[in-house]
Amino acid sequence: MADQQNAEAKPKPAAVPPAAPKAPASMAATPWEGELTRRLAEQFPDQITEFSTYLGQGFLISKPAAVVSIIEFLKLEAGFDYLVDLTAVDYPDRPERFDLVYILYSFARNERIRIKTRIAGGEKIESVVGVHLTANWLEREVYDMFGIEFANHPDLKRILMPDDWQGHPLRKDYGILQMDNRWVKENLGIESGQ
Amino acid sequence: MAQTFLDSTELVLNMGPQHPSTHGVLRVILKLDGEKIIGTECVVGYLHRGVEKIAENRTYAQFAPYVDRMDYVASVSNGLGYCLAVEKLLNVEAPPRAQVVRVILTELNRIASHLIWLGTHALDIGAITPLFYVMREREDILNIYEKYCGARLTTHAFRIGGLQYELYDGFEEEVKRFCDIFGPRADEYEELLTGNRMWVARLTNVGVLNAEDCKAYGVTGPLLRAAGVKWDLRKAQPYSGYQHYDFEIPTRANGDTYDRYVVRMQEMRQSVRIVRQAVDRLEPGPIMAKVPKVIKPPVGEAYVSIEAPKGELGYYVVSDGSTQPYRVRVRPPSFINLQALDKMARGALVADVVAIVGTIDIVLGEVDR
Repeated sequence: MADQQNAEAKPKPAAVPPAAPKAPASMAATPWEGELTRRLAEQFPDQITEFSTYLGQGFLISKPAAVVSIIEFLKLEAGFDYLVDLTAVDYPDRPERFDLVYILYSFARNERIRIKTRIAGGEKIESVVGVHLTANWLEREVYDMFGIEFANHPDLKRILMPDDWQGHPLRKDYGILQMDNRWVKENLGIESGQ
Repeated sequence: MAQTFLDSTELVLNMGPQHPSTHGVLRVILKLDGEKIIGTECVVGYLHRGVEKIAENRTYAQFAPYVDRMDYVASVSNGLGYCLAVEKLLNVEAPPRAQVVRVILTELNRIASHLIWLGTHALDIGAITPLFYVMREREDILNIYEKYCGARLTTHAFRIGGLQYELYDGFEEEVKRFCDIFGPRADEYEELLTGNRMWVARLTNVGVLNAEDCKAYGVTGPLLRAAGVKWDLRKAQPYSGYQHYDFEIPTRANGDTYDRYVVRMQEMRQSVRIVRQAVDRLEPGPIMAKVPKVIKPPVGEAYVSIEAPKGELGYYVVSDGSTQPYRVRVRPPSFINLQALDKMARGALVADVVAIVGTIDIVLGEVDR
């Protein structure tokens, strides 16, 4: 066993340094320019910080306060009338911990666009249900999984996890085997689900 | 609260989670005025297994079998979507032969999924016979899967970059034979149902969802097409070479339960048409693209979606350059379509809820993930 561990431990430090320069630390996205980005930049001059494409998929990064108005503008003025998905990504080491990602599609243009914004843990963001009804359950899921609260959501409560569960499973600091032992004990009558 | 039963206008009725017509563990709380529905609330999550969390703790290749367990009656479609998403991140494309095989297996899977929908939907409404008929044809498809990859339901048929297994001897003949018998068999189902007065009466103008509502609720798949929107990702944003096949997108105008039935029936026939063309396109060649043994996509993200039997199935994958995905988000068509249940059920009768849940065609494994 000890030999095995040594054998595993040895090549690791040697393997890491050559691999490091290969992988760039950030996404190799290229700037995105077009008729749509020009109109958006005109409409929201100080709010949108970046227009990029990666693998042919366009996205923009906006300040959280402008997200709902951008989505509304895209729906009414540019035909992006279908909210495909709404989700979040957790980066616990960053000051603005969460990326919120809105994926929109336009039937008329046959085009997708992603809107990303960054918010800090505990920060609230305006709900987009007023623009796209789809967002109702999607925002509930993001709240359930990440603990991000949406202001003015009609019925913000957990959707997949039990209502009185403690913790938000898709946060990076939530372990894969972690569970709410109090809930398990009270509701299932066992010490632990593991 | 000095209301007697007769004064009270609102009655709350619980349906599920253990109820055969909820197609799994779905709980619907119905608010009733007499027999009329004035509101519904869905309680989901009974089958939540944390698939997206599991993805962050597995390598890209290890996670592939897990996606089959979401929409388990259309596992091949789930696998295709995931493989395409990772291939996009890696910037590789499956070789032509692998793409053709993928099309064949995915379209057969669409038929199998629609058959399960047809059988259970008809059973909910009171027609018991179609269930036995559809299981017969589904068996043929599952036998093909079993011979191809050893599994019938959660197949893990595709690999990132192509396929692991070459087709077995006699595959083409078996698929062709299935295509030949399926047409007459589909006629048999239609003979039982399409013109059946009870069937028509139970479905017409039930659970109407027009095109505007579909877009507002993000509803896709046969529900959107039954509302008259000619939109199918296989045509709108083709993948796996779908642009080379000749097929039609069936649509209807009313967006009611009967129209969805007709759309799905026609979709199965279109799938057979695609499968026939695909079998003729099979040519020898490699089945696996050049994919590194250890899959480590460069830092980045991609959203890739396919037309699954139930609607748009999307994968949003974020890579941090390591061997494990940083985040995998599944855009589940069943989950999002189910949200429109409230809109469809308001004003309907209790018995119609059963028809409406059936017509959305949900699989709870995908709703709850």
